[in-house]
Amino acid sequence: MYGNDFAPPEDGPGGGLLGEVEAAEAALREAAARARRGGPAPDEDFAAYFADVIDADQKIEPRDWMPEAYRKTLIRQIAQHAHSEIIGMQPEGNWISRAPSLKRKAILLAKVQDEAGHGLYLYAAAETLGVSRDELVELLIEGRQKYSSIFNYPTLTWADVGAIGWLVDGAAIVNQVPLCRCSYGPYARAMIRVCKEESFHQRQGYEILHTLAHGTPEQKAMAQDAVDRWWYPSLAMFGPPDGDSTHSAQSMAWKIKRFSNDELRQRFVDMCVQQAEILGLTIPDPDLRWNEQRQSYDYTQPDYDELMRVIKGDGPCNRQRMEHRRRAHAEGAWVREAAAAYAAKRNSKEKVAA
Amino acid sequence: MSTDHSPLWEVFVRARRGLSHTHVGSLHAPDAELALRNARDLYTRRQEGVSIWVVPASAITASSPDEKDAFFDPAADKVYRHPTFYEVPDGVAHL
Repeated sequence: MYGNDFAPPEDGPGGGLLGEVEAAEAALREAAARARRGGPAPDEDFAAYFADVIDADQKIEPRDWMPEAYRKTLIRQIAQHAHSEIIGMQPEGNWISRAPSLKRKAILLAKVQDEAGHGLYLYAAAETLGVSRDELVELLIEGRQKYSSIFNYPTLTWADVGAIGWLVDGAAIVNQVPLCRCSYGPYARAMIRVCKEESFHQRQGYEILHTLAHGTPEQKAMAQDAVDRWWYPSLAMFGPPDGDSTHSAQSMAWKIKRFSNDELRQRFVDMCVQQAEILGLTIPDPDLRWNEQRQSYDYTQPDYDELMRVIKGDGPCNRQRMEHRRRAHAEGAWVREAAAAYAAKRNSKEKVAA
Repeated sequence: MSTDHSPLWEVFVRARRGLSHTHVGSLHAPDAELALRNARDLYTRRQEGVSIWVVPASAITASSPDEKDAFFDPAADKVYRHPTFYEVPDGVAHL
């Protein structure tokens, strides 16, 4: 398939996933420098021009003509992604006041601040498609748009903060690195930024687990318990199996999506096995084993019925997450109003002075 | 609060001395001062810049890609603006 999409990790400039992000960024610059020769002109046949740009692996930009369904798909996907970043602050925010040291607390604060930043980059990318951020925030608050189901699970111990960094952020990166090559320019550029910052998140989570796993037997047990609880929900983050995925084929054709859910899930499992060994922790899957023929690990699928239940609102924390978001939005209203009133007052004074 | 009270700003960051300001993204803010502060928190958390410009998005006039060909036509047939257009006789130095 897209043979050039992934440099082997050892060939990537930075190695590993970060190297792939850098490669995607380089490809973006290359594609921009490569002039499109011949082909339909932008003002003759809109649809043909759009298809030609996608074919040539170039980026569609905000003011280009695009099929309505392409625009809608992107708005839905980018908004859901932005909402996930915003709601995703909650499970980790839960531990800011109880982080075990000042250093861990400062790091966690920086991480949660990054999640807010990622949400804002993504809302800005969605806005280039002609929807306003206020509309999207409303859709989230009214429950008419979704966020990633993973954030409906609780963070019961400090080790969960580690497991989120390693597994949840790890799965997010595997999902998101190919999005750095998405055909829509603003989304691709936002994802490059997000992925570079996410790699710090994944490493800080891994470090937390590594410290716990090499601490007292109780600390190691706490780390193992967190991995036991987060493993399958993390696998479910890649979405339903390919056969049941409703949006995949069209998104692949438009080069919004580059790999199928199952391919990405497999890539994630293959990465995690060796990382778990170094942690000295066990992946909670008795059927996990190397398959010589496929050159990949066989593994147990997550419970997709549970995934569907959580998506539909029946996860452990759905109501809590939404209530918290609504309350935070309502309680921040006076700040937004005060800032707007101050700006209006200054504007009118300037007009009088002028 | 609607977006009218918190308009969109485009953000430009100078990464280092000697480089020009480059567009990095956009954000909402009620006024220029808050736009600058938000831009600092949003786009320079890792020392990505030494200087920031914020511009109200509504103040930008853009040429649309739809008009691409016609708009940039005047430049297309003036190849003599590039040094490669000229033939240099053999043996000429410093030209």
